[in-house]
Amino acid sequence: MSGYLTGVLVVLAFNVMAAYAVYLPLAAGQLNLGIAGFMAIGAYASAFLTNEYAWPMWAAIPVGSALAGLTGLVIGIPVLRTHGIYLAMATFALGQVISAIFLNLEVVGGAAGYPVSDYVGPNGVFLAAAGVVVLMLYLSRTRFALYLTAVKSDPTVADLLGVSVRGIQVAAFALGAAVAGFGGAFYAHHYNFVEAQHFNVLLSVFTVLYVLFGGTQTVWGPLVGAAFFTLAPELLRASDQWRYALFAIFIIVFMAIRPEGLVTTSLLRFRRRKNTDGAAAASSEAA
Amino acid sequence: MTAALSIQGLTKSFAGVRAIRDLSFEVPKGVTTALIGPNGAGKTTVFNLVSGVYGVDAGTITVNGVDVTHMPSRKRIGTGIARSFQNIRLMAHLTVLENMLVGQHVRNASLGALLTPYRLFPNHRWKVEAREALAESGLEAWADETVGALPYGVRKRIDLVRATLAGASLLMLDEPAAGLNPSETNALREHLKVLMGKGITLLVVEHDMHFVNSICQNVVVLNFGEKIAEGPLSKVRQDQKVREAYIGSEEA
Repeated sequence: MSGYLTGVLVVLAFNVMAAYAVYLPLAAGQLNLGIAGFMAIGAYASAFLTNEYAWPMWAAIPVGSALAGLTGLVIGIPVLRTHGIYLAMATFALGQVISAIFLNLEVVGGAAGYPVSDYVGPNGVFLAAAGVVVLMLYLSRTRFALYLTAVKSDPTVADLLGVSVRGIQVAAFALGAAVAGFGGAFYAHHYNFVEAQHFNVLLSVFTVLYVLFGGTQTVWGPLVGAAFFTLAPELLRASDQWRYALFAIFIIVFMAIRPEGLVTTSLLRFRRRKNTDGAAAASSEAA
Repeated sequence: MTAALSIQGLTKSFAGVRAIRDLSFEVPKGVTTALIGPNGAGKTTVFNLVSGVYGVDAGTITVNGVDVTHMPSRKRIGTGIARSFQNIRLMAHLTVLENMLVGQHVRNASLGALLTPYRLFPNHRWKVEAREALAESGLEAWADETVGALPYGVRKRIDLVRATLAGASLLMLDEPAAGLNPSETNALREHLKVLMGKGITLLVVEHDMHFVNSICQNVVVLNFGEKIAEGPLSKVRQDQKVREAYIGSEEA
């Protein structure tokens, strides 16, 4: 594999992890615009533990992820009392605050950034992203995923049927934060350098865009959205400086045509039905 | 025998307006009861108070002998109470079967159940149970359809099956027959009779008096948030206050 291709795929792997971090709360109807902040927590925590306490990377990364998740849990409880645009504002501010704290924290290099000692290669990053996808696929087969949609669809009825709406929302938010922290920790160890400026609002907003573009109705949406957002600008590279303009126009047109995202439940159901019809036709022909 | 539902001295105001005033009545087990009254009498408010959507100002609500007055709304289903809404509230993006699975939640509320990958197993017992419940009501053909696309009458009945899957022993139905055509109303009536046969007690808000007459043994009449009459429909119909409330005092 060429160095260029590997580089692109590594970026894709990070984008996939970030996309699922946003997807989880979004599936329950909650927009987290501060995902970069949780990635920063995972990145800095894991970097700090390996640099200062000589922890092995494989222990530091899960701890970084857990710390991000714990922060999501503690902050999610009060923040998730807000709804809609106010929740978006609150999480937006939260991401900024976390990033600003690291920017001013001299113990992790402050504005100069923080070099990280242990290195994880591209295969490690691919494996991490694959692990996140498998976890999400697993969750999508459980009642947890069902309740995410139920809570988004009608919180009052979900509540009256005994589902803990707040519990599901906080769990999705915290789990999303943990996934973000997991991705952030791998980011730190792959690039061997973290700086607070990387975890900015653009990163959060772009990640939300991947997910909305791919669609929040199915577990495949974030994967497709992240892949599209990572690969399309690369494919348009031939057009040089116009590629981002072309890409932006394409997104606007596409969202106008398919506002519910690229991958939807009806699309998957249609495909499944077509397959079974095809199989039925084939078997009747055979008979 | 404890009543399925017992309401004592229930009072609720909204911005100084008394919506429910000192309301007391009981729904004995197995006695299908109708809550009737003119528009704005407070019928739906009673449902919202009993299910916990609103908090009460005063009074007590007891379901199957358990005081639920200050119980969080999501815990009340555990006492055996479930409700339907005037405008049907199914999760529109989920399939009929998935709506049934949400209905089963209260009986499968453990962390283990939450994380069981049931969708990997085509014949998981939750799905089998939900399909059986749908089949019992002749609704199995709709199981894999997305709820949002279904006819109104079918959605109403799916709402009922979901409530029974929650293990409800007291079912509060808010205008179940509203907007149904005669054949859908008949299907609903048969469905409700099956539920009654299973020992489920019904409390019904309904404007269609033929429908009320055909399934209810007892009627509670509300007007301006107060109980003005109670008893069998034939007797309540003769009540002077009830006639005034419905027809207007000038004709009385």
